[in-house]
Amino acid sequence: MNTIIYLDNNATTMVAPEVLEAMLPFFTRRYGNPSSMHDFGGDVEHDMEKARNQVARMLGAEYDYEIVFTSGATESDNMAILGTLQYYRDKKHIITTKVEHPAVLNLCRQLEREGYSVTYVPVDREGNLDVDFLFDSVTDDTAIVSVMYANNETGVIFPVETIGAFCKQRGITFHIDAVQAIGKIPVDVNALQCDLLAISGHKFHAPKGIGVLYVRRGTRLRPLLYGGHQEKARRPGTHNVPGIVGIGKAAELVMQHLSNSEEVANVKRLRDRLENGLLSQLSNAHLNGNKNNRVDNTTNIGFEFIEGEAILLYLNEKGIAASSGSACSSGSLEPSHVLRAMGVTFTSAHGSIRFSLSRYTTEDEIQYTLQVMPEVVNRLLAISPYWDAMNKKGKSMTELAH
Amino acid sequence: MWEYTDKVKELYTNPKNVGEIPDADVVVEVGSIVCGDALTLYLKLDGDVIVDAKFKTFGCGSAIASSSALTEMIKGKTIAEAARITNKDIVDFLGGLPDQKMHCSVMGQEALEKAIKKIKGETIEDEQEDEGAVICQCFGVTENVIRRVIRENNLATVEDVTNYTKAGGACGSCIPKIEDILKEELASAVAQPAATAMKPMSNIKRMQLVEETIHNVIRPVLMRDGGDIDLVDIEGKKVYVALRRHCAHCVVSDVTMKNLVEDTLKEFVENDIEVIEVK
Repeated sequence: MNTIIYLDNNATTMVAPEVLEAMLPFFTRRYGNPSSMHDFGGDVEHDMEKARNQVARMLGAEYDYEIVFTSGATESDNMAILGTLQYYRDKKHIITTKVEHPAVLNLCRQLEREGYSVTYVPVDREGNLDVDFLFDSVTDDTAIVSVMYANNETGVIFPVETIGAFCKQRGITFHIDAVQAIGKIPVDVNALQCDLLAISGHKFHAPKGIGVLYVRRGTRLRPLLYGGHQEKARRPGTHNVPGIVGIGKAAELVMQHLSNSEEVANVKRLRDRLENGLLSQLSNAHLNGNKNNRVDNTTNIGFEFIEGEAILLYLNEKGIAASSGSACSSGSLEPSHVLRAMGVTFTSAHGSIRFSLSRYTTEDEIQYTLQVMPEVVNRLLAISPYWDAMNKKGKSMTELAH
Repeated sequence: MWEYTDKVKELYTNPKNVGEIPDADVVVEVGSIVCGDALTLYLKLDGDVIVDAKFKTFGCGSAIASSSALTEMIKGKTIAEAARITNKDIVDFLGGLPDQKMHCSVMGQEALEKAIKKIKGETIEDEQEDEGAVICQCFGVTENVIRRVIRENNLATVEDVTNYTKAGGACGSCIPKIEDILKEELASAVAQPAATAMKPMSNIKRMQLVEETIHNVIRPVLMRDGGDIDLVDIEGKKVYVALRRHCAHCVVSDVTMKNLVEDTLKEFVENDIEVIEVK
């Protein structure tokens, strides 16, 4: 068994050994600049273009040049939204959702300060997007619709294909933040009919610091950065060659993984085993998010009467890494905006834990986590003033909340 | 990931004094499940000595550690001694807390304060009336709490106030109000004198006022210069104090005694208070 049981793969992932191996020569022997006029650099360009092709194939892109390498999904999301607004300067309306990643959400909040109007589409109690609300929000002033493919906290999948068809028909630029979908479910830009799509390498076993913005041929977009001619001047700056080679290799591995139905089913089986085990063993546990319509690696469980950061610290002692939507662990003071948007009560939002698996997660790791969790939860329940109040005095949750 | 000290880690991993005291003399609750932090404190007294203290806490690691630290600190102390404990003392006991976690130590102090009020038989009125207007609606933080924490910890920015009380940490709509309070507090580093001068004062009331004044007004001023003060005893209108840390070796300690300690006590408590320094 590993020294750390890593169940936080929606935060970041291990670099796959094959990916690391593919990258290493580009730090040592083959450090040339692909833009150089000599073979030492020029040869590297072939490897870079191979990587571009690997990513294009993973996304079902028609042309390799639709793949623009960036520093990560935060840059890709910013480039998609700001680049579109820079082109359609007379349009001042943006549509996104209440549960986006901060890379989109905080950009939109800033744009509001600068005079844009933003519609934040709500979700229901299970985290499903209100698509009709989105459709009704579109006006002639709408410059872009930006929606995530799958939510990072709950794993719930949004109907991006339906939204893509709608936007295409209305002639509105459609951007998808596919960070949490890539590597977990097949992503096909043509089925999605999106104009732009952002992914991040480190969420699918490539290193940190490399991302992609898919830009459909003909999409109107101005660059964020000005400089050299790299990436057809859409994203200037000397290429991060090792990262690019790494994300290419990781894309190839994603395609292998998704075509291996046994391996795909195994991730889901382990996730379900963990989830069902916790829900059946612990009476204060319940699932956050739509059970049936989500990516296979994620489960978000609310533990009532105890606080998420404390759970994480206790798990950490046992060598288990997970994450929480609790206020305390985030550094902000409010619990997760995603759970709040779903209308999850404060009481269970504070005690929510996200476990996110990968194709490297093993049976033993899940088994061990299932052994440890009840102990951790019961230790914290013993400290909690509310657990007692519930049991002995028969107070209801609504009474406790006042 | 937070940078917790070893002491904090020790106390959230193996918290001391967890549980209830079935025949407790005082039980108080502070915080709420909605805010994400709540503490129930149980005290057992023998005369005016706290012979046992236990707690139950809903909250993060530092909330558990702060609660545990508080109970460790007050066990065996008299009520007067315990009353002197501030959130800063809790933080010191823990070897420090991350800025964003300071509110956990404040919760400990609030529980202690509430418990002592109860012991002294002071009625804990409806909290809204007792503690002034609610400034932060999200976390239910009152004006008085914000003012007290600003004074006791010499806070200077809205961010500090948020770290210590949570106020302003959610929707942020109360930040302008917090700014106003900060401006007022900074302008009058020494607060308003108590306006209850004329009536002859009971011994209890006097002791309490002396303690509060030393604690809330004098101590923060001394601590700003690296000094400190201990209240040693009170006999009638004679107040025995000892200067600590920098003040203890300060060449102008006599001036400090006369101009700061005695004059302040005269202003806030009674005009004929006499301060005697215990070396």
